[in-house]
Amino acid sequence: MPNIRVVNLTKKFGNVTALENISLEIRDQEYFSLLGPSGCGKTTLLRLIAGLIEPDTGEIWIGNRRVDDVPPEDRDIGFVFQTFALFPHMSVWDNVLYGPKVKNYNLKEAETIGDEVLELVKLHERLDAFPNELSGGMMQRIAVARALAAGAKTLLLDEPLGQLDAKVRNEIRYDIRKMAKDLNLTAIHVTHDQSEAMSISDRIAVMKKGTIVQIGSPQELYMNPNSLFVAHFIGESNFLEAEVLASKGPFLELELRGGFKALGRGNGFRKNERVVLAVRPEIFTIERGVIEKENLLKGEIDKVTFEGTFVRYVIKLESQDTVVVIKPSLAESWLEIGKKVRLSYSPEKTHVFAYPKAGLMDEIAV
Amino acid sequence: MRLEKSSLKKRAVNALNALSSKKPVKYTTYLSAVVVFFVLILLPPIIGIIIKGGAMQQVFDQPALMGRALTAIGSSFVIAFVVSALDILAGIPMAWLITRGRSKWLNILDTLVDIPFIVPTAALGYSLLLFWSGPQGISSLFNGSLVSPGWLLVMLLHFTFSYPVVVRVLVGALFDYKMEYERASRTLGAVPLVAFRTVTSPILKPAFIASFVLSFARSLSETGATFIVAGAFENGPVFIQNMKNQFSTSNPILYEGAAVFASAILIIASCTIFALIWFLGPRLKFPFKGLWPTAERRLSYSKAAWSRNTVTLLVFILIVLIPALFVALPAFQAVFTGILPAVFSGSGIWNSFWQSLFVSYSLGAIVTILGFVMGLPMAILIARKKLGKPLSALLDLLVNIPLIVPSIALGVSLKFFWKESFPFMPELLLLIFAHLSITYPYIVKSMSAAFERVSMDMEEAARTLGAKPFSVFTTIVLPLTKYSILSGAIMVFTRSVSETGATVAVVTSLKTAPVVIVDWVRGTIPATSLEIGLGAGILVLLSFVILFALRLLTKGKGR
Repeated sequence: MPNIRVVNLTKKFGNVTALENISLEIRDQEYFSLLGPSGCGKTTLLRLIAGLIEPDTGEIWIGNRRVDDVPPEDRDIGFVFQTFALFPHMSVWDNVLYGPKVKNYNLKEAETIGDEVLELVKLHERLDAFPNELSGGMMQRIAVARALAAGAKTLLLDEPLGQLDAKVRNEIRYDIRKMAKDLNLTAIHVTHDQSEAMSISDRIAVMKKGTIVQIGSPQELYMNPNSLFVAHFIGESNFLEAEVLASKGPFLELELRGGFKALGRGNGFRKNERVVLAVRPEIFTIERGVIEKENLLKGEIDKVTFEGTFVRYVIKLESQDTVVVIKPSLAESWLEIGKKVRLSYSPEKTHVFAYPKAGLMDEIAV
Repeated sequence: MRLEKSSLKKRAVNALNALSSKKPVKYTTYLSAVVVFFVLILLPPIIGIIIKGGAMQQVFDQPALMGRALTAIGSSFVIAFVVSALDILAGIPMAWLITRGRSKWLNILDTLVDIPFIVPTAALGYSLLLFWSGPQGISSLFNGSLVSPGWLLVMLLHFTFSYPVVVRVLVGALFDYKMEYERASRTLGAVPLVAFRTVTSPILKPAFIASFVLSFARSLSETGATFIVAGAFENGPVFIQNMKNQFSTSNPILYEGAAVFASAILIIASCTIFALIWFLGPRLKFPFKGLWPTAERRLSYSKAAWSRNTVTLLVFILIVLIPALFVALPAFQAVFTGILPAVFSGSGIWNSFWQSLFVSYSLGAIVTILGFVMGLPMAILIARKKLGKPLSALLDLLVNIPLIVPSIALGVSLKFFWKESFPFMPELLLLIFAHLSITYPYIVKSMSAAFERVSMDMEEAARTLGAKPFSVFTTIVLPLTKYSILSGAIMVFTRSVSETGATVAVVTSLKTAPVVIVDWVRGTIPATSLEIGLGAGILVLLSFVILFALRLLTKGKGR
């Protein structure tokens, strides 16, 4: 139930800096996700909070207690491992009761707790089963139940759904969130799956190469990414290289490759500065009639992919840029390859970023 | 009363838990494990040789003696090399048959293969002597003895006792091997033999090398049984043994010189050879690159496979199994001759036999328990790489040294070290130290391998659930590894009971059971062939009881 605070945390493995000077506060009872590509340091941060590894410098606070030197068993945390780490030589019941037992609770108390948590994960009928007799989804629920039974006030989940089938994964993620909320726990959930993080988190920290790039609610991250990396990693974006022509209130007049003009939201850029215009695929409108209006991009349909709920068009612009446009599949008739189209968009939903020094591909590489 | 006991136990567990989470306690435990290893296991033999280095002058002064020593040591290495190569040739089809065959009898075959490993080598040596050259053995089919004691019988003996080691390692490797590779090769058009030759063998190369090394080391080390079947032939250990019998009382300085000389050369040569194998092995390429589709197709299927299996089984039964168990014949005959009352009342030579048996088994028990206690922190250090990767790898390498040094050389140098530093040390303690040295690698290796198989996640999960390090070890690690640790402990026990080389090197009056058998066979203590047969038979019988108990304990629990 406590809030968790890390201050100036740094951790190196040999020559590799896994985390560099991270500071972060996770609020009481918040469901918080650490999101990022593999190797970004999210699991390292979680293991530091759990006490499974020790930081090189910095502080870790759980509630009002500084826990840097507290061993993991005394931190009142529950850790759910990607591999579940259920003890193979113990039944479900013994796995769940392990925490209360090693913490010297009396047996009756321990059994009451065991009953409660198994009720919570709806696995009461399987308590004599051994882990190797359970399905992935069941193992996952037992792993959570075991962590809860140990009296965890904080739930730390390391890619807890990584080993499950897509269908089961989508069900269980809401169950875990609900459980954490019902029990007023603070939860930190590590994942590399942005849709998983978006759908269950109160707030998300997006991480890259040992640093935190942005922290915010899923909506904030989606609507107002602070960087090309976040715009690319959360959801999907089209990136168009451009040069600033003029500033027009909240908007910028931009020149795309080949001298084509476009509008984008942004300020604080100099004239002639090299920038990148980011446009989400779903905000494009494909104009079907022969309407002339401002801020139109012209091009030709290059590829059409049916994805079930959506149709994905890849459109080659006259500027030779390629953009992706997504439309609901049943809303309108599909367009054919080779058809000439004009795209309009509302510039207030776009973002303009400075052109990265390392180059665009490097900046957004995951 | 019961309540008191359980609360006492709880208090003890709590105290140990509290201790285990203190860093100084943890570090002291690990440090002392390393110190004990260096002070008790690694350094004494080296220092022992150096202390007595001057005595080697005796050998340098007598070129004939030096030549004899060098020839003996040379023979040791030649025999070890040839025997290990033959064992691998014979072992591969056997391991293949055990892991890939479909017959339900293969389980029994799997157990039978272990027999020469379980039988104490002294009894094995006598058994082979009877079979190959005794009047009742295979020689009765011919006039005179088929294979007289000498180098050929030594090779047969070494082939027999190394065979199970090689098969065991290869069977393990074949079981662990992912069949997908071989299946992929088959779907690409390779017949079984080609698939094995071109895909499986290169992947299993480390296992081939490991089995070669183990067989080589075992052949170099073996003393008691070799002494029984050697006749006038000498290899390194037999040379040291002969020198001891001849000169240890009449000309002790000459004996010391010869023993130190031979031990030093044996230790240096074997360390060099193993370093070479360790370095060159991974770089070794398989010599066969060509493909002979038609011929190999023929060799792969039905008739050829059938005859290959038949030959494999015949080699095993005729050269390994029957000779190893042949001692049962005189043992049985002895039962009906009426010497049993003398045997069980312990009169005559049987008194010392029972005493030696008691010494052997108590020694085995003490060494196993001490080895477990000393080896446990070391195994954790190695398995969990507590000292960082390079240092842990170095420790892992150093721990192996007693395994590759011929045990009689180890015994000789240990004796010099302890006798020089503590002249009044009781012989039993000396014997315990010698056996600890020899068995230390077995216990540490088996434990560290078992710990490595327990995923770190398990330990970390237990910690996050509130368990202190001591509880993590007793409730998670130990239950998950107990069968491996148990089989490691039984290996240590049988190794200690079997050991003759180091034993004869360190003791003068105290005798273990295999040493008594050697004395009987060589006529140092007069005994009839029936008595020897019965004595060896009793040793074999006891070994079977242990093997049976092990199978029973670990049955179907190979987690």
